[in-house]
Amino acid sequence: MNEIFVFSLHGLAYAGLLFLVSAGLTLVFGMMNVLNFAHAAMYMLGAYFSYTQVTTTGLFWPSVIFCPLLLFILGALVERFLLRRVHIHGHLHELLLTFGLAYIITELVKWIWGNYPLAVNITGFLSKSIHLFGIIYPVYRLFVIFCAIMVGVAMALILYKTRMGIVLRASVNDGEMVDALGINVPLVMMGVFAFGSALSGFAGVIAGPLLSTYPGMAHEILVDAFVVIVVGGFGSLGGAVAASLLIGELQSFGVLLFPKLSLALVYLLMAGVLIVKPSGLFGAKQ
Amino acid sequence: MIEVSNIHSHYGKSHVLHGVSFDLKEGELVCLLGRNGVGKSTTLKSIMGMVRPSHGGIRFEGQELVGMRPHQIARLGVGYVPEERRIFRSLTVHENLLIGMKQVKNGGVPREPWTVDRVYSVFPRLKERCGNKGIHLSGGEQQMLTVARTLMGNPKLILVDEPTEGLAPLIVKDVLEMLSAVRKAGVTILMVEQNFKAAVKVADRFYIMSKGLMVFQGDMPALMAAEEVRRNYLEV
Repeated sequence: MNEIFVFSLHGLAYAGLLFLVSAGLTLVFGMMNVLNFAHAAMYMLGAYFSYTQVTTTGLFWPSVIFCPLLLFILGALVERFLLRRVHIHGHLHELLLTFGLAYIITELVKWIWGNYPLAVNITGFLSKSIHLFGIIYPVYRLFVIFCAIMVGVAMALILYKTRMGIVLRASVNDGEMVDALGINVPLVMMGVFAFGSALSGFAGVIAGPLLSTYPGMAHEILVDAFVVIVVGGFGSLGGAVAASLLIGELQSFGVLLFPKLSLALVYLLMAGVLIVKPSGLFGAKQ
Repeated sequence: MIEVSNIHSHYGKSHVLHGVSFDLKEGELVCLLGRNGVGKSTTLKSIMGMVRPSHGGIRFEGQELVGMRPHQIARLGVGYVPEERRIFRSLTVHENLLIGMKQVKNGGVPREPWTVDRVYSVFPRLKERCGNKGIHLSGGEQQMLTVARTLMGNPKLILVDEPTEGLAPLIVKDVLEMLSAVRKAGVTILMVEQNFKAAVKVADRFYIMSKGLMVFQGDMPALMAAEEVRRNYLEV
């Protein structure tokens, strides 16, 4: 019984991380129709920036703020000076651009930090374990779950309770019309892309102490994040929540119950969803 | 108020407007008539900056619009009411109105600015449906909402593209009365319309387009007198 509890918490922690990565990915896709291959590279940069910051200052908390901020700026620059320029040439060019960017960032990371895993060591309360309903559980994993819930709630509040959210949801429907109503949609797009990058960087900061920081980490999370947005439905935040939970738990219990099949389970789930509902669990009908 | 002079516009490789010129004075309701595909919608989109004219100029209250982005043109006080309504499907009626709010430059807001409450008092039907999603409205309700959404931005001029298309005759009458009321509230209107008989009742002046050019301009008596023009360019 305890084992089930532990594994479901493990699943939740991974789901939290997946949600932080895929929320930005699905938002950018929903708004801009760009499948951003560089999204996970931003995640990796977040982890590496955090590594450098933690090893030089010994403090983890500032990186939770500063690394996403750096990636927000980087994301804004990428949108303004690269993506926007290729936008008129169509989606294939945008896709290739983000694909190339992902490669460049990965190679830069290898060049600067080396092609081997690095450990981000945290100290203090976050590194402890606590008693929780009869089990002993690491605080850090609970912190990951907490962060994901906070970000999810904040995004839902912004999307459904603010004027900004109305603009964002309307732009998913019809960006040109929103522009004709007097809203600077290109600026909104830049903000969305920058926010998506910052969120991905935040996920990277959070992932650092949990998983190892190495140049393959971007590719690893990108595959799962793509599965999340396919299963959840492209552009749907609610879908990202549901699919992250599904895949996080599936990964966690897959390792426990069917160790040999665990890698394939995620793809089996995706195939199953695509057969039954090709637009994803929460996807709009095309 | 607005003066369009000799604009040429293209959609990809097809040359749609071949030097269109016309003007509107403040407070007018002008109707742009003509058959399908002669460039009426493209004329509106060119004013709005959604299609960029390759030649010619568009001056709105003395300011050149060609080269500006749609949101900049909207902020000068031009409102666009599109064909097919283009209501935001997943937003409620209320949210569709809120998104229409914007800051108007160039003279600021009118004496009596449009607010959500004012819209609801002019369009009680929208108030009844304020919590419904855009996708669940009838055609007539959508047309009211798309006009109301644009009014929320306090425009001085609105460009209305085929407001009665696909509506039942009874609703067509409502929509045209609504536009007349909007004009009485001080908004200048340029309307594209296929439904000549309906438009005749509300418009002050008429322009007729054919193959990307203006072929007629005049008021109702002139249009009634120009039988040959009507036969050649309007009647099927």
